[in-house]
Amino acid sequence: MPSKRFITFKRIVKNGFINFGRNIWLAIAAIAMMGITLTILLFAIITNATFSHTINDLTSHIDVSVYLKDSVKPAQRNKFISDLKNINNVQSVTYISKADALKKYEQENANNPVLLSAISETDNPLSAEVHIKPKDPNQLGAIKDFLDKPDVQALQSDPTSYSGDRKAAIDKITKATHFIQEAGIVGIIVFIIISMLIIFNTIRMAIFNRRDELVIMRLLGASPRFIRGPFVVETMLYGAVAAIISLLICWGLFAIAANTLEASSLGLLDISYSSHYFSDHLLLILTGQIGVGIIIGAVSSTVATRRYLKLNRE
Amino acid sequence: MILLDRVTKTYSKHAPALERVSLHVEPKEFVIIVGPSGAGKSTLFKLLTREEKPTSGKIIVGGMDYETLRDRDIPLLRRKIGVVFQDFKLLLNKTTFENVAFALEISGLSNQEIRHTVPKVLDIVGLAGKENNYPLELSGGERQRVAIARAIVRQPKILIADEPTGNLDPKHAWDVIKVLEKVNRFGTTVLLTTHNQEIVNTLKRRVITINDGRVISDHAVGQYKTA
Repeated sequence: MPSKRFITFKRIVKNGFINFGRNIWLAIAAIAMMGITLTILLFAIITNATFSHTINDLTSHIDVSVYLKDSVKPAQRNKFISDLKNINNVQSVTYISKADALKKYEQENANNPVLLSAISETDNPLSAEVHIKPKDPNQLGAIKDFLDKPDVQALQSDPTSYSGDRKAAIDKITKATHFIQEAGIVGIIVFIIISMLIIFNTIRMAIFNRRDELVIMRLLGASPRFIRGPFVVETMLYGAVAAIISLLICWGLFAIAANTLEASSLGLLDISYSSHYFSDHLLLILTGQIGVGIIIGAVSSTVATRRYLKLNRE
Repeated sequence: MILLDRVTKTYSKHAPALERVSLHVEPKEFVIIVGPSGAGKSTLFKLLTREEKPTSGKIIVGGMDYETLRDRDIPLLRRKIGVVFQDFKLLLNKTTFENVAFALEISGLSNQEIRHTVPKVLDIVGLAGKENNYPLELSGGERQRVAIARAIVRQPKILIADEPTGNLDPKHAWDVIKVLEKVNRFGTTVLLTTHNQEIVNTLKRRVITINDGRVISDHAVGQYKTA
Protein backbone atom coordinates (compact mmCIF):
# COMPACT_ATOMS: atom_id res chain seq x y z
CA MET A 1 0.00 0.00 0.00
CA PRO A 2 1.69 3.23 -1.11
CA SER A 3 1.79 6.03 1.46
CA LYS A 4 -0.51 9.06 1.24
CA ARG A 5 2.47 11.26 0.55
CA PHE A 6 3.46 9.18 -2.44
CA ILE A 7 -0.10 9.07 -3.77
CA THR A 8 -0.28 12.86 -3.46
CA PHE A 9 3.06 13.31 -5.21
CA LYS A 10 1.98 11.05 -8.05
CA ARG A 11 -1.30 12.93 -8.37
CA ILE A 12 0.49 16.29 -8.48
CA VAL A 13 2.73 15.12 -11.32
CA LYS A 14 -0.13 13.44 -13.16
CA ASN A 15 -2.41 16.47 -12.85
CA GLY A 16 0.43 18.67 -14.08
CA PHE A 17 0.71 16.62 -17.25
CA ILE A 18 -3.08 16.44 -17.72
CA ASN A 19 -3.42 20.23 -17.26
CA PHE A 20 -0.62 20.74 -19.77
CA GLY A 21 -2.63 18.81 -22.36
CA ARG A 22 -5.98 20.36 -21.52
CA ASN A 23 -4.70 23.92 -21.57
CA ILE A 24 -2.75 23.32 -24.72
CA TRP A 25 -3.34 26.78 -26.26
CA LEU A 26 -2.24 28.52 -23.14
CA ALA A 27 0.71 26.16 -23.07
CA ILE A 28 1.61 26.92 -26.68
CA ALA A 29 1.47 30.66 -26.07
CA ALA A 30 3.61 30.44 -22.96
CA ILE A 31 6.07 28.04 -24.58
CA ALA A 32 6.39 30.31 -27.61
CA MET A 33 7.29 33.27 -25.40
CA MET A 34 9.70 31.23 -23.32
CA GLY A 35 11.17 29.63 -26.44
CA ILE A 36 11.90 32.98 -28.06
CA THR A 37 13.47 34.35 -24.91
CA LEU A 38 15.61 31.30 -24.37
CA THR A 39 16.68 31.41 -28.03
CA ILE A 40 17.81 35.02 -27.66
CA LEU A 41 19.67 34.05 -24.53
CA LEU A 42 21.31 31.14 -26.30
CA PHE A 43 22.36 33.42 -29.16
CA ALA A 44 23.81 35.89 -26.70
CA ILE A 45 25.88 33.13 -25.11
CA ILE A 46 27.12 31.75 -28.43
CA THR A 47 27.89 35.23 -29.78
CA ASN A 48 29.83 36.01 -26.65
CA ALA A 49 31.77 32.76 -26.93
CA THR A 50 32.55 33.53 -30.57
CA PHE A 51 33.73 37.03 -29.74
CA SER A 52 35.89 35.63 -26.97
CA HIS A 53 37.36 33.18 -29.42
CA THR A 54 38.10 35.91 -31.97
CA ILE A 55 39.66 38.05 -29.27
CA ASN A 56 41.79 35.20 -27.95
CA ASP A 57 42.87 34.51 -31.48
CA LEU A 58 43.85 38.13 -31.89
CA THR A 59 45.62 38.54 -28.57
CA SER A 60 47.51 35.27 -28.92
CA HIS A 61 49.41 37.00 -31.73
CA ILE A 62 50.54 39.71 -29.40
CA ASP A 63 54.03 39.09 -28.11
CA VAL A 64 57.03 41.14 -27.19
CA SER A 65 60.20 40.68 -29.20
CA VAL A 66 63.58 41.52 -27.73
CA TYR A 67 66.65 41.84 -29.96
CA LEU A 68 69.95 40.79 -28.39
CA LYS A 69 73.35 42.25 -29.12
CA ASP A 70 75.82 39.91 -30.83
CA SER A 71 78.15 40.33 -27.85
CA VAL A 72 75.74 38.69 -25.43
CA LYS A 73 77.26 35.47 -24.07
CA PRO A 74 75.24 32.21 -23.83
CA ALA A 75 75.36 32.36 -19.99
CA GLN A 76 74.03 35.93 -19.99
CA ARG A 77 71.35 34.91 -22.48
CA ASN A 78 70.26 31.92 -20.40
CA LYS A 79 70.05 34.00 -17.23
CA PHE A 80 68.02 36.62 -19.14
CA ILE A 81 65.57 33.97 -20.35
CA SER A 82 65.16 32.33 -16.97
CA ASP A 83 64.65 35.74 -15.34
CA LEU A 84 61.94 36.44 -17.90
CA LYS A 85 60.23 33.14 -17.14
CA ASN A 86 60.06 34.12 -13.50
CA ILE A 87 57.88 37.12 -14.30
CA ASN A 88 54.29 36.34 -13.37
CA ASN A 89 52.63 37.37 -16.59
CA VAL A 90 54.97 35.48 -18.90
CA GLN A 91 53.45 32.43 -20.50
CA SER A 92 56.34 31.31 -22.66
CA VAL A 93 59.69 32.53 -23.90
CA THR A 94 61.07 31.48 -27.28
CA TYR A 95 64.67 32.04 -28.30
CA ILE A 96 65.55 32.48 -31.96
CA SER A 97 69.26 32.42 -32.67
CA LYS A 98 71.00 34.66 -35.23
CA ALA A 99 71.08 31.73 -37.72
CA ASP A 100 67.40 30.89 -37.17
CA ALA A 101 66.48 34.54 -37.63
CA LEU A 102 68.26 34.52 -40.95
CA LYS A 103 66.47 31.36 -42.08
CA LYS A 104 63.14 32.89 -41.14
CA TYR A 105 64.04 36.05 -43.02
CA GLU A 106 64.99 34.05 -46.10
CA GLN A 107 61.76 32.09 -46.00
CA GLU A 108 59.65 35.20 -45.61
CA ASN A 109 61.41 36.96 -48.47
CA ALA A 110 61.95 34.00 -50.80
CA ASN A 111 60.35 35.89 -53.66
CA ASN A 112 62.42 38.98 -53.26
CA PRO A 113 65.96 38.39 -54.62
CA VAL A 114 66.99 42.00 -54.01
CA LEU A 115 66.37 41.71 -50.29
CA LEU A 116 67.94 38.26 -50.19
CA SER A 117 71.09 39.42 -51.90
CA ALA A 118 71.57 42.11 -49.27
CA ILE A 119 72.35 39.55 -46.59
CA SER A 120 74.16 36.23 -46.38
CA GLU A 121 75.49 33.68 -43.85
CA THR A 122 78.79 35.42 -43.57
CA ASP A 123 77.39 38.90 -43.21
CA ASN A 124 74.32 38.37 -41.03
CA PRO A 125 73.00 41.75 -39.86
CA LEU A 126 70.08 40.19 -37.96
CA SER A 127 70.03 39.97 -34.19
CA ALA A 128 69.13 36.97 -32.11
CA GLU A 129 65.56 37.36 -30.87
CA VAL A 130 63.65 36.47 -27.77
CA HIS A 131 59.87 36.26 -28.14
CA ILE A 132 57.92 36.73 -24.97
CA LYS A 133 54.29 35.60 -24.99
CA PRO A 134 52.32 37.19 -22.16
CA LYS A 135 49.52 35.45 -20.31
CA ASP A 136 47.47 38.66 -20.31
CA PRO A 137 48.34 41.17 -23.02
CA ASN A 138 46.68 43.86 -20.91
CA GLN A 139 49.42 43.58 -18.32
CA LEU A 140 52.60 44.15 -20.29
CA GLY A 141 53.85 46.68 -17.73
CA ALA A 142 55.82 44.20 -15.60
CA ILE A 143 57.59 42.75 -18.65
CA LYS A 144 58.34 46.21 -19.98
CA ASP A 145 59.72 47.30 -16.59
CA PHE A 146 62.01 44.30 -16.50
CA LEU A 147 63.26 44.95 -20.02
CA ASP A 148 63.89 48.61 -19.20
CA LYS A 149 66.28 47.85 -16.31
CA PRO A 150 69.74 49.25 -17.20
CA ASP A 151 71.58 45.89 -16.96
CA VAL A 152 68.92 44.21 -19.11
CA GLN A 153 68.85 47.14 -21.46
CA ALA A 154 72.59 46.67 -21.95
CA LEU A 155 71.97 43.29 -23.62
CA GLN A 156 69.62 44.68 -26.26
CA SER A 157 70.65 45.88 -29.70
CA ASP A 158 67.35 47.60 -30.62
CA PRO A 159 64.30 48.87 -28.76
CA THR A 160 61.83 46.07 -27.98
CA SER A 161 58.82 45.57 -30.21
CA TYR A 162 56.67 46.87 -27.34
CA SER A 163 57.55 50.51 -27.75
CA GLY A 164 56.59 53.52 -29.81
CA ASP A 165 53.81 53.09 -32.41
CA ARG A 166 53.58 49.36 -31.88
CA LYS A 167 53.10 49.87 -28.19
CA ALA A 168 50.25 52.29 -28.89
CA ALA A 169 48.61 49.85 -31.31
CA ILE A 170 48.92 46.92 -28.91
CA ASP A 171 47.53 48.97 -26.07
CA LYS A 172 44.61 50.07 -28.22
CA ILE A 173 43.80 46.52 -29.31
CA THR A 174 43.99 45.09 -25.83
CA LYS A 175 41.83 47.89 -24.47
CA ALA A 176 39.18 47.28 -27.14
CA THR A 177 39.14 43.53 -26.65
CA HIS A 178 38.90 44.00 -22.93
CA PHE A 179 35.92 46.26 -23.40
CA ILE A 180 34.21 43.81 -25.76
CA GLN A 181 34.67 40.95 -23.32
CA GLU A 182 33.28 42.94 -20.44
CA ALA A 183 30.39 44.22 -22.53
CA GLY A 184 29.61 40.64 -23.54
CA ILE A 185 29.37 39.51 -19.93
CA VAL A 186 27.23 42.49 -18.96
CA GLY A 187 25.07 41.84 -22.04
CA ILE A 188 24.48 38.24 -21.06
CA ILE A 189 23.56 39.20 -17.52
CA VAL A 190 21.12 41.81 -18.84
CA PHE A 191 19.65 39.23 -21.23
CA ILE A 192 19.22 36.73 -18.41
CA ILE A 193 17.43 39.29 -16.25
CA ILE A 194 15.17 40.42 -19.10
CA SER A 195 14.32 36.87 -20.14
CA MET A 196 13.53 35.92 -16.56
CA LEU A 197 11.19 38.88 -16.28
CA ILE A 198 9.47 38.05 -19.58
CA ILE A 199 9.05 34.39 -18.65
CA PHE A 200 7.88 35.26 -15.16
CA ASN A 201 5.29 37.64 -16.57
CA THR A 202 4.10 35.11 -19.15
CA ILE A 203 3.55 32.51 -16.46
CA ARG A 204 1.94 35.03 -14.17
CA MET A 205 -0.56 35.85 -16.89
CA ALA A 206 -1.22 32.18 -17.59
CA ILE A 207 -1.94 31.62 -13.92
CA PHE A 208 -3.99 34.81 -13.65
CA ASN A 209 -6.19 33.30 -16.36
CA ARG A 210 -6.81 30.32 -14.14
CA ARG A 211 -7.01 32.00 -10.75
CA ASP A 212 -10.60 30.78 -10.27
CA GLU A 213 -9.32 27.23 -10.38
CA LEU A 214 -6.86 27.99 -7.59
CA VAL A 215 -9.48 29.69 -5.46
CA ILE A 216 -11.97 26.81 -5.90
CA MET A 217 -9.36 24.25 -4.93
CA ARG A 218 -8.52 26.29 -1.88
CA LEU A 219 -12.17 26.47 -0.85
CA LEU A 220 -12.48 22.70 -1.17
CA GLY A 221 -9.75 22.27 1.40
CA ALA A 222 -6.82 21.39 -0.84
CA SER A 223 -3.49 22.14 0.81
CA PRO A 224 -1.44 24.90 -0.84
CA ARG A 225 1.09 22.31 -1.93
CA PHE A 226 -1.51 20.16 -3.63
CA ILE A 227 -2.90 23.18 -5.49
CA ARG A 228 0.43 24.65 -6.49
CA GLY A 229 2.12 21.37 -7.37
CA PRO A 230 0.40 20.67 -10.71
CA PHE A 231 0.94 24.30 -11.80
CA VAL A 232 4.62 24.03 -11.01
CA VAL A 233 4.89 20.74 -12.89
CA GLU A 234 3.04 22.29 -15.82
CA THR A 235 5.29 25.34 -16.01
CA MET A 236 8.38 23.18 -15.62
CA LEU A 237 7.15 21.32 -18.69
CA TYR A 238 6.77 24.65 -20.49
CA GLY A 239 10.37 25.43 -19.62
CA ALA A 240 11.71 22.08 -20.79
CA VAL A 241 9.80 22.17 -24.08
CA ALA A 242 10.78 25.82 -24.69
CA ALA A 243 14.44 24.96 -24.06
CA ILE A 244 14.35 22.12 -26.57
CA ILE A 245 12.63 24.38 -29.12
CA SER A 246 15.27 27.07 -28.66
CA LEU A 247 17.97 24.47 -29.30
CA LEU A 248 16.20 23.27 -32.42
CA ILE A 249 15.93 26.85 -33.70
CA CYS A 250 19.63 27.41 -33.09
CA TRP A 251 20.61 24.12 -34.63
CA GLY A 252 18.37 24.82 -37.62
CA LEU A 253 19.90 28.23 -38.15
CA PHE A 254 23.43 26.88 -38.11
CA ALA A 255 22.48 24.01 -40.39
CA ILE A 256 20.57 26.04 -42.96
CA ALA A 257 21.68 29.63 -42.75
CA ALA A 258 25.34 29.55 -41.72
CA ASN A 259 26.46 31.25 -44.94
CA THR A 260 23.87 34.00 -44.71
CA LEU A 261 24.81 34.57 -41.09
CA GLU A 262 28.48 34.77 -41.94
CA ALA A 263 27.73 37.40 -44.60
CA SER A 264 25.41 39.43 -42.39
CA SER A 265 27.84 39.52 -39.49
CA LEU A 266 30.25 41.54 -41.71
CA GLY A 267 33.00 39.09 -40.93
CA LEU A 268 33.01 40.16 -37.30
CA LEU A 269 31.87 36.72 -36.19
CA ASP A 270 33.44 33.43 -37.05
CA ILE A 271 30.18 31.56 -37.67
CA SER A 272 31.88 28.24 -38.27
CA TYR A 273 33.39 28.62 -34.81
CA SER A 274 29.90 29.43 -33.44
CA SER A 275 28.56 26.32 -35.09
CA HIS A 276 31.38 24.23 -33.68
CA TYR A 277 30.99 25.78 -30.27
CA PHE A 278 27.29 24.88 -30.40
CA SER A 279 27.85 21.27 -31.42
CA ASP A 280 30.85 20.78 -29.09
CA HIS A 281 28.93 22.07 -26.09
CA LEU A 282 25.59 20.60 -27.14
CA LEU A 283 25.16 18.49 -24.02
CA LEU A 284 26.11 21.35 -21.73
CA ILE A 285 23.86 23.77 -23.60
CA LEU A 286 21.02 21.25 -23.61
CA THR A 287 21.16 20.60 -19.88
CA GLY A 288 21.80 24.27 -19.19
CA GLN A 289 18.85 25.50 -21.22
CA ILE A 290 16.50 22.83 -19.88
CA GLY A 291 17.74 23.53 -16.37
CA VAL A 292 17.23 27.27 -16.77
CA GLY A 293 13.78 26.71 -18.34
CA ILE A 294 12.66 24.36 -15.59
CA ILE A 295 13.99 26.47 -12.76
CA ILE A 296 12.53 29.71 -14.11
CA GLY A 297 9.22 27.90 -14.71
CA ALA A 298 9.12 26.45 -11.22
CA VAL A 299 10.12 29.66 -9.47
CA SER A 300 7.73 31.81 -11.51
CA SER A 301 4.72 29.61 -10.91
CA THR A 302 5.53 29.25 -7.23
CA VAL A 303 5.67 33.01 -6.85
CA ALA A 304 2.70 33.68 -9.15
CA THR A 305 0.36 31.25 -7.36
CA ARG A 306 1.21 32.57 -3.94
CA ARG A 307 -1.30 35.39 -3.89
CA TYR A 308 -4.19 33.08 -4.73
CA LEU A 309 -3.31 30.59 -2.04
CA LYS A 310 -3.71 32.77 1.00
CA LEU A 311 -5.91 30.69 3.26
CA ASN A 312 -7.98 33.51 4.65
CA ARG A 313 -8.38 37.22 4.85
CA GLU A 314 -8.02 39.00 8.16
CA MET B 1 -22.53 21.09 15.75
CA ILE B 2 -22.30 24.80 14.89
CA LEU B 3 -21.97 27.47 17.54
CA LEU B 4 -21.62 31.20 17.00
CA ASP B 5 -21.30 33.41 20.03
CA ARG B 6 -21.70 37.17 19.54
CA VAL B 7 -19.86 37.13 16.25
CA THR B 8 -19.14 40.49 14.63
CA LYS B 9 -17.51 41.00 11.26
CA THR B 10 -16.59 44.50 10.17
CA TYR B 11 -14.96 45.31 6.86
CA SER B 12 -12.83 48.42 7.02
CA LYS B 13 -14.72 51.73 6.80
CA HIS B 14 -18.10 49.98 6.43
CA ALA B 15 -20.95 49.27 8.77
CA PRO B 16 -20.58 45.77 10.25
CA ALA B 17 -21.60 42.97 7.87
CA LEU B 18 -22.52 40.87 10.90
CA GLU B 19 -23.17 42.25 14.34
CA ARG B 20 -23.23 40.16 17.52
CA VAL B 21 -24.72 37.11 15.81
CA SER B 22 -25.30 34.14 18.07
CA LEU B 23 -26.49 30.84 16.67
CA HIS B 24 -26.67 27.25 17.71
CA VAL B 25 -27.30 24.45 15.24
CA GLU B 26 -27.75 20.89 16.46
CA PRO B 27 -26.31 17.88 14.61
CA LYS B 28 -28.53 16.58 11.78
CA GLU B 29 -30.58 19.79 11.71
CA PHE B 30 -31.77 21.32 8.43
CA VAL B 31 -31.64 25.08 8.80
CA ILE B 32 -32.77 27.62 6.23
CA ILE B 33 -31.32 31.10 6.43
CA VAL B 34 -33.29 33.87 4.72
CA GLY B 35 -32.79 37.57 4.34
CA PRO B 36 -32.40 40.18 1.62
CA SER B 37 -29.26 40.58 -0.42
CA GLY B 38 -26.50 42.17 1.60
CA ALA B 39 -28.05 41.02 4.89
CA GLY B 40 -24.89 39.12 5.81
CA LYS B 41 -25.72 35.54 4.78
CA SER B 42 -22.68 35.15 2.58
CA THR B 43 -20.44 36.70 5.21
CA LEU B 44 -21.77 34.17 7.70
CA PHE B 45 -20.82 31.32 5.36
CA LYS B 46 -17.40 32.79 4.68
CA LEU B 47 -16.78 32.85 8.41
CA LEU B 48 -17.90 29.22 8.72
CA THR B 49 -15.50 28.05 5.99
CA ARG B 50 -12.81 30.25 7.49
CA GLU B 51 -12.42 32.26 4.31
CA GLU B 52 -12.56 35.19 6.65
CA LYS B 53 -11.86 35.77 10.29
CA PRO B 54 -14.45 37.34 12.57
CA THR B 55 -13.61 40.75 13.99
CA SER B 56 -14.80 39.51 17.36
CA GLY B 57 -16.80 36.63 18.82
CA LYS B 58 -16.41 32.90 19.00
CA ILE B 59 -17.05 30.24 16.34
CA ILE B 60 -16.98 26.52 17.04
CA VAL B 61 -17.79 24.05 14.26
CA GLY B 62 -17.71 20.28 14.70
CA GLY B 63 -15.73 20.72 17.90
CA MET B 64 -13.07 22.95 16.31
CA ASP B 65 -12.60 26.34 17.93
CA TYR B 66 -11.69 28.78 15.18
CA GLU B 67 -9.76 30.98 17.55
CA THR B 68 -7.11 28.36 18.15
CA LEU B 69 -7.10 27.06 14.58
CA ARG B 70 -3.67 27.17 12.94
CA ASP B 71 -3.28 28.14 9.29
CA ARG B 72 -2.27 24.67 8.25
CA ASP B 73 -5.40 23.22 9.86
CA ILE B 74 -7.66 25.32 7.65
CA PRO B 75 -7.56 22.85 4.71
CA LEU B 76 -8.43 20.05 7.13
CA LEU B 77 -11.38 22.05 8.44
CA ARG B 78 -12.65 22.71 4.91
CA ARG B 79 -12.49 19.03 4.09
CA LYS B 80 -14.95 18.41 6.92
CA ILE B 81 -17.49 20.92 5.59
CA GLY B 82 -19.25 20.37 2.28
CA VAL B 83 -19.94 23.64 0.46
CA VAL B 84 -22.28 24.31 -2.46
CA PHE B 85 -22.17 27.71 -4.15
CA GLN B 86 -24.68 29.62 -6.20
CA ASP B 87 -22.22 29.78 -9.12
CA PHE B 88 -21.28 26.07 -8.76
CA LYS B 89 -17.52 26.74 -8.69
CA LEU B 90 -16.71 23.64 -10.71
CA LEU B 91 -13.28 23.10 -12.22
CA LEU B 92 -14.01 23.66 -15.89
CA ASN B 93 -11.13 21.64 -17.27
CA LYS B 94 -12.08 18.57 -15.30
CA THR B 95 -14.87 16.12 -16.11
CA THR B 96 -17.81 15.40 -13.83
CA PHE B 97 -16.00 12.37 -12.46
CA GLU B 98 -12.77 14.29 -11.92
CA ASN B 99 -14.53 17.19 -10.22
CA VAL B 100 -16.06 14.86 -7.66
CA ALA B 101 -12.93 12.75 -7.40
CA PHE B 102 -10.89 15.90 -6.74
CA ALA B 103 -12.49 16.26 -3.31
CA LEU B 104 -11.25 12.78 -2.47
CA GLU B 105 -7.83 13.26 -4.03
CA ILE B 106 -7.31 16.21 -1.72
CA SER B 107 -7.85 13.91 1.24
CA GLY B 108 -5.32 11.43 -0.14
CA LEU B 109 -7.69 8.54 -0.80
CA SER B 110 -6.41 5.75 -3.01
CA ASN B 111 -7.47 5.52 -6.65
CA GLN B 112 -9.31 2.33 -5.84
CA GLU B 113 -11.41 4.00 -3.16
CA ILE B 114 -12.10 6.90 -5.52
CA ARG B 115 -13.22 4.61 -8.35
CA HIS B 116 -15.49 2.87 -5.89
CA THR B 117 -17.05 5.93 -4.22
CA VAL B 118 -17.55 8.49 -6.97
CA PRO B 119 -20.03 6.51 -9.14
CA LYS B 120 -22.19 5.83 -6.09
CA VAL B 121 -22.41 9.52 -5.24
CA LEU B 122 -23.09 10.46 -8.87
CA ASP B 123 -25.90 7.96 -8.77
CA ILE B 124 -27.36 9.59 -5.63
CA VAL B 125 -27.50 13.01 -7.34
CA GLY B 126 -28.84 11.45 -10.54
CA LEU B 127 -25.84 11.98 -12.76
CA ALA B 128 -24.95 8.41 -13.64
CA GLY B 129 -23.84 8.38 -17.27
CA LYS B 130 -22.49 11.94 -17.23
CA GLU B 131 -19.11 11.00 -15.75
CA ASN B 132 -17.09 12.08 -18.77
CA ASN B 133 -18.89 15.33 -19.51
CA TYR B 134 -17.15 18.62 -18.80
CA PRO B 135 -19.14 21.19 -16.78
CA LEU B 136 -19.78 23.35 -19.85
CA GLU B 137 -21.50 20.40 -21.52
CA LEU B 138 -24.02 20.13 -18.66
CA SER B 139 -27.22 22.08 -17.88
CA GLY B 140 -27.33 24.43 -14.90
CA GLY B 141 -29.20 21.90 -12.77
CA GLU B 142 -26.74 19.16 -13.64
CA ARG B 143 -23.79 21.39 -12.80
CA GLN B 144 -25.26 22.16 -9.42
CA ARG B 145 -25.76 18.47 -8.80
CA VAL B 146 -22.11 17.86 -9.65
CA ALA B 147 -21.26 20.50 -7.07
CA ILE B 148 -23.46 18.76 -4.52
CA ALA B 149 -21.91 15.40 -5.33
CA ARG B 150 -18.50 16.97 -4.77
CA ALA B 151 -19.66 18.45 -1.47
CA ILE B 152 -21.12 15.20 -0.09
CA VAL B 153 -18.64 12.67 -1.45
CA ARG B 154 -16.45 13.08 1.63
CA GLN B 155 -19.51 12.45 3.81
CA PRO B 156 -19.15 15.71 5.68
CA LYS B 157 -20.94 16.26 8.96
CA ILE B 158 -21.96 19.71 7.73
CA LEU B 159 -23.18 20.85 4.32
CA ILE B 160 -23.39 24.56 3.58
CA ALA B 161 -25.42 25.52 0.51
CA ASP B 162 -25.30 29.20 -0.42
CA GLU B 163 -28.21 29.99 -2.77
CA PRO B 164 -27.78 26.67 -4.60
CA THR B 165 -31.00 27.23 -6.53
CA GLY B 166 -30.36 30.88 -7.36
CA ASN B 167 -29.37 30.21 -10.96
CA LEU B 168 -31.81 27.39 -11.67
CA ASP B 169 -35.32 27.09 -13.10
CA PRO B 170 -38.01 25.75 -10.72
CA LYS B 171 -37.79 22.12 -11.83
CA HIS B 172 -34.02 21.95 -11.44
CA ALA B 173 -34.23 23.92 -8.21
CA TRP B 174 -36.46 21.25 -6.72
CA ASP B 175 -34.13 18.48 -7.91
CA VAL B 176 -31.36 20.17 -5.97
CA ILE B 177 -33.48 20.67 -2.85
CA LYS B 178 -34.52 17.02 -2.92
CA VAL B 179 -30.88 15.95 -2.99
CA LEU B 180 -30.19 18.20 0.01
CA GLU B 181 -33.08 16.62 1.91
CA LYS B 182 -31.75 13.19 1.05
CA VAL B 183 -28.31 14.12 2.33
CA ASN B 184 -29.88 15.45 5.52
CA ARG B 185 -31.75 12.19 6.03
CA PHE B 186 -28.41 10.37 5.90
CA GLY B 187 -27.40 12.44 8.94
CA THR B 188 -25.64 15.52 7.59
CA THR B 189 -26.36 18.92 9.13
CA VAL B 190 -27.54 21.20 6.33
CA LEU B 191 -27.40 25.00 6.22
CA LEU B 192 -29.25 26.44 3.25
CA THR B 193 -29.74 30.02 2.19
CA THR B 194 -32.39 30.86 -0.35
CA HIS B 195 -34.51 33.69 -1.66
CA ASN B 196 -37.16 31.29 -2.88
CA GLN B 197 -40.18 31.67 -0.58
CA GLU B 198 -41.89 28.66 -2.10
CA ILE B 199 -39.00 26.43 -1.11
CA VAL B 200 -38.95 27.88 2.40
CA ASN B 201 -42.68 27.38 2.87
CA THR B 202 -42.77 23.89 1.44
CA LEU B 203 -39.77 22.53 3.36
CA LYS B 204 -41.20 23.48 6.77
CA ARG B 205 -37.82 23.57 8.53
CA ARG B 206 -36.16 25.82 11.08
CA VAL B 207 -35.83 29.27 9.51
CA ILE B 208 -33.41 31.96 10.67
CA THR B 209 -33.93 35.46 9.28
CA ILE B 210 -30.97 37.81 9.01
CA ASN B 211 -31.23 41.48 8.18
CA ASP B 212 -28.62 44.24 8.35
CA GLY B 213 -26.15 41.82 9.86
CA ARG B 214 -28.37 40.78 12.77
CA VAL B 215 -30.50 37.73 13.48
CA ILE B 216 -34.01 39.16 13.63
CA SER B 217 -35.98 35.94 14.01
CA ASP B 218 -35.39 32.24 14.55
CA HIS B 219 -38.45 30.09 13.87
CA ALA B 220 -38.51 26.47 14.97
CA VAL B 221 -39.58 23.75 12.55
CA GLY B 222 -42.95 24.50 10.98
CA GLN B 223 -43.38 27.90 12.67
CA TYR B 224 -42.24 30.08 9.78
CA LYS B 225 -44.78 31.49 7.39
CA THR B 226 -44.56 34.28 4.83
CA ALA B 227 -46.97 35.72 2.38
